[in-house]
Amino acid sequence: MRSPSCQSHATRICDLYSVSTRKRTRTLVRFSAFALARNAVSFHENWPQLWRSPAPQSHYDVLIVGAGGHGLATAYYLAKEHGISKVAVLEKGWLGGGNTGRNTSVVRSNYFYPESAHFYDFSLRLYEGLARELGFNVMLSQRGILTTAHSAHQLELLARWANALQLNGVDGELLDVAEVREWLPLLNPSSSARYPVRGGLLQRRGGIARHDAVAWGYARAADARGVDIIQGCEVLGFIRAGGQVVGVETTRGRIDAPKIGLCVAGHSSVLAAQAGFRLPITSYALQAFVTEPVKPILHCVALSLATGTYLSQSDKGELVVGGGLDLYPSYAQRGNLPTLQSVVAGLLELFPCFSRLRLLRQWAGTVDVVHDSTPIIDKAPVPGLYVNCGWGTGGFKAIPGGGFVFAHLLATDRPHPLAEGFSLRRFATGALIDEAAAAGISH
Amino acid sequence: MLHIRCPWCGDRAEPEFRWGGEVPLARPGPPERVSDQAWAEYLFFRNNPKGWVRERWLHALGCRQWFIVVRNTATHEIRATCRLTDPLAQVEP
Repeated sequence: MRSPSCQSHATRICDLYSVSTRKRTRTLVRFSAFALARNAVSFHENWPQLWRSPAPQSHYDVLIVGAGGHGLATAYYLAKEHGISKVAVLEKGWLGGGNTGRNTSVVRSNYFYPESAHFYDFSLRLYEGLARELGFNVMLSQRGILTTAHSAHQLELLARWANALQLNGVDGELLDVAEVREWLPLLNPSSSARYPVRGGLLQRRGGIARHDAVAWGYARAADARGVDIIQGCEVLGFIRAGGQVVGVETTRGRIDAPKIGLCVAGHSSVLAAQAGFRLPITSYALQAFVTEPVKPILHCVALSLATGTYLSQSDKGELVVGGGLDLYPSYAQRGNLPTLQSVVAGLLELFPCFSRLRLLRQWAGTVDVVHDSTPIIDKAPVPGLYVNCGWGTGGFKAIPGGGFVFAHLLATDRPHPLAEGFSLRRFATGALIDEAAAAGISH
Repeated sequence: MLHIRCPWCGDRAEPEFRWGGEVPLARPGPPERVSDQAWAEYLFFRNNPKGWVRERWLHALGCRQWFIVVRNTATHEIRATCRLTDPLAQVEP
């Protein structure tokens, strides 16, 4: 493996001799025990940067607005699957600093309808091979996600849900109350609990992954394939010619591109308004918080249908907890106390033993919620623009799949078969895919 | 915690209220002459602005009246509240 100084020199020579072919890839740093040992000799001060910080060029083949998980994954798959590497990802803040850095990092594919089940399971299967593909540890832990039922009606819902999973070829098991207690003895054992556990649905292949690592892994791999990641670059408006969007005005100048993909989640309406159209989304604050770190106590992801509170335990030992939306539109990325209180109440109802834990940090993302809790991956009404949005509270698990199918749309101008149902037209035709229950977004 | 001035009850805290959408929201009609796209626009498509917006709120745990709130979705600042019968021109966002 070349040393960092040789590597950057080689890159400059490569640029000189490869201008005509625009071959802009560079050697990917391989992490290994040998690399660790070798770098330990120089006190780990000579690791190369994982991605460049290039100045924006004046023209690209594809622009992606938003360097979150979806935007970075889209750029990676454009380069890898479609050979399109003259791509820039524009980010007004720092990459992965939006919802990708604010979620509770749950991955699962236990959705209800065939379109959703097949798409999310495709994304989960990409997660299963992601660390090896990107050469970067995304810390996928398929520890299982248990959804608990607390009434007869919720038991019926789970049974219907388990049937749908099995019909769609996705793993899912219905557990009775004894099996739930054996799987997770920590659950509130009291017979006088407000919401006693009556049963559960377990997806063993569900679990968590390190959200930042997913962003960094895709950023590094996309950069290595020649994608420019331009941070600190906010889109201020769209440039049109002949009824088509041909570029963007940004805080770092004008950039032209015949195809522009929007991956900005809760800010999709803001960008759409700049281009003169509206979207069927509402942006809400979705809160999350972590407790002080404790020794391993929770081995799975747990979600209660009674309260909507869900949690897991990170490798640092912190409980990572989330729940329902603050139910009024917000771009403030913080949420408010009443919702936090009800999420904590749900946490303690499920696990009374956590009542003396201290909360360390609380924050929120700005999530774009769609009426049927199903995403939008489609061409925008304005030629030259494409939208990937509407993931609501469930975008993290969809990062690999969303990037893959959005890259397909950008590259071929045709929807990927897995995403055909996620069009903007469905709001006019009535072909909504109502994932309210399985998506778990109460709105 | 939002503090909202209900036009009838005065300043009350967030948990007493429920958000009811952007206003104005005009229902198209007559139904037989409304296209599928126009109907979709009315049902689903929204401005969803980052900044000042006029909204309907319900004082769910108080007087149970609907009223208008002018609020900033980025800062949560509330500039004005008024009754549904008050002229909206008085409360431009």
